[in-house]
Amino acid sequence: MTATTDSAPPQAEKRPLARRLAGANTLWIALVLLALIVVFAIIDPSGILNVTNLQYLLIETSVLLVLSVGMTFVIVTSGIDLSVGTVLVFSGVASALTMNALSGGDSTNAGWGVIAVGGVVAVGSGALWGVVNGLLIAKARIPALIVTLGSFGAALGAAELLTGGSDVRSVPTALGKALGSGTSFGGIPNMVLLAAVVAAIGAWLLATTRFGRYTYAIGSNEVAAQRTGVGVTRHLVLVYALSGLLSGLAGFMSLAYFTTTTLTSHSTDNLNAIAGTVLGGTSLFGGVGSVIGTVIGVFIPAVLNKGFVIIGVSPFWQPIAVAIVLVAAVWFDQARRRARNQR
Amino acid sequence: MSTPLLEARSLVKHYGSVEALRGASFEVAAGEVVSLIGDNGAGKSTFIKCLSGAEQPDSGEILLEGKPIHLDSPTTARSLGIETVYQDLAVAPDLDPAANLYLGREIKRGGILGALGMLDKKEMRRRASEEFARLGVTLQNVDVPIGALSGGQRQSVAVARSVVWASKVVFMDEPTAALGVVQRERVLDVIRKVRDAGIGVVLISHNMPEVLSVSDRVEVLRLGKRVARFTAGDASLEDLVGAMTGALVQEDVS
Ligand SMILES: Nc1ncnc2c1ncn2[C@@H]1O[C@H](COP(=O)(O)OP(=O)(O)OP(=O)(O)O)[C@@H](O)[C@H]1O
Ligand SMILES: [Mg+2]
Repeated sequence: MTATTDSAPPQAEKRPLARRLAGANTLWIALVLLALIVVFAIIDPSGILNVTNLQYLLIETSVLLVLSVGMTFVIVTSGIDLSVGTVLVFSGVASALTMNALSGGDSTNAGWGVIAVGGVVAVGSGALWGVVNGLLIAKARIPALIVTLGSFGAALGAAELLTGGSDVRSVPTALGKALGSGTSFGGIPNMVLLAAVVAAIGAWLLATTRFGRYTYAIGSNEVAAQRTGVGVTRHLVLVYALSGLLSGLAGFMSLAYFTTTTLTSHSTDNLNAIAGTVLGGTSLFGGVGSVIGTVIGVFIPAVLNKGFVIIGVSPFWQPIAVAIVLVAAVWFDQARRRARNQR
Repeated sequence: MSTPLLEARSLVKHYGSVEALRGASFEVAAGEVVSLIGDNGAGKSTFIKCLSGAEQPDSGEILLEGKPIHLDSPTTARSLGIETVYQDLAVAPDLDPAANLYLGREIKRGGILGALGMLDKKEMRRRASEEFARLGVTLQNVDVPIGALSGGQRQSVAVARSVVWASKVVFMDEPTAALGVVQRERVLDVIRKVRDAGIGVVLISHNMPEVLSVSDRVEVLRLGKRVARFTAGDASLEDLVGAMTGALVQEDVS
């Protein structure tokens, strides 16, 4: 046997940490975010690093972050969910109307029991939209783009039917105080804490569990996943349900923050969530991505926006700057894939 | 001969108007390597897919150890100890080799985290490295996506995945097509090892010297039907080519 020892294949190893990091999109996008912050900080040191500005930046991004965590799972399966913003609106409406009904028409002074029911209704109704999306996509095999474009319109229509087209403005004050404008641990907004918890759980779920692994496997090669015994249909329904559930939670957060249902202000949430997710290194082709990347990606448009305001550049430049970064990110991803597939 | 390990009787499979299988029969015994050969489009891959649950035949019978079985999905076949290397490999290119080896059979951690679905990646990686070393699969890194490996390495991983889990039958649809000389010999060695462990191996290959060197028997498929059977020791290259092209017919092809 000694003769074969020298020709025995070397034990495969893990690459050194530095090389693995350099190969990860997340690192590059984190550097871009850092560079943006540094540039804005140099131009106006008291602007972006000011505590109040930072708080607003974080609060305003937290609802979008919750949507984007769900979007990350969906895009990793190589799907898409265009309905997140209007499902958010629908869930907010369903929740507000339920709380009002339980309080005899006006929930302004409602207690925590009613608020808890409202929370469950928001999350539950969101999840329900997600399950419908998932069944149509995974079972009926209708493309995700079409299904979620349909529910994008249908959820908003349903919300407007329920409210007659005008916002529900009676929302429990206790909810607004606690979640919407409350802070913990010496000034950290509760909205931000909740979004951080969602992102942390999402990151754990995607990176370390079997649920996450199947999500990657389906996005990478659905046929392979199916042939190795992954329940593809069931898993896809769960992924869209998760996205819907998080949209519902985001609807509840939005309700708490604005203390009204904001029917008209979420028509581009879906695009913002997709942009944040893709900026964060999640591939539209599926199989690649991370929640940590999404957290960073979501903050790039937000920082650009705040930064432009602070340094006095017209905020109309923000979408243009985001578009450039986004197209560059996708181009980079495609080039990487082409290089790999040419072997 | 005693009852074959796996037997297919008169399988028929249509794809729309294309008749890929027209009553194909086949058998493999335990501890035997059978090569399934035939021209391009003869129906070999379709046949394997039917026998591994990836496709369902329109009619015909499949028997495992003499008992009729219904393979409604690859999962069913896998649970019966039947593993397959598909011609298109069916690996997830964005996952690393260890993740591919354990796809659908992940090892979870102990305790509450495991109950929540958390994977024991380290253990899977360690065991995967062992298996790869044992089967002669050379990889520089275990944590790169499999799509970044060479075509031959990817194929070796797919072969390793099938033989690690098989307990009854392994189907290999052109497992050596992209391999260099050394890797090809390794795969053929693996095939012999698996056979010696009492597993039935079904090999599809267009490489006739390879077929003659590794198989115990050869079955020939032509236009969706079995047209000839040989014992590898008795068959010559001319016999095989003749059977594939239709110049030589042993079985009834009415
Ligand atoms: N999914 C499919 N849809 C339609 N026709 C198919 C499909 N799969 C196979 N066929 C047809 O069935 C016939 C047999 O194909 P199959 O792939 O089984 O051949 P093969 O013997 O494996 O060939 P090769 O040696 O080239 O791999 C071909 O005529 C092919 O066009
Ligand atoms: Mg084939």
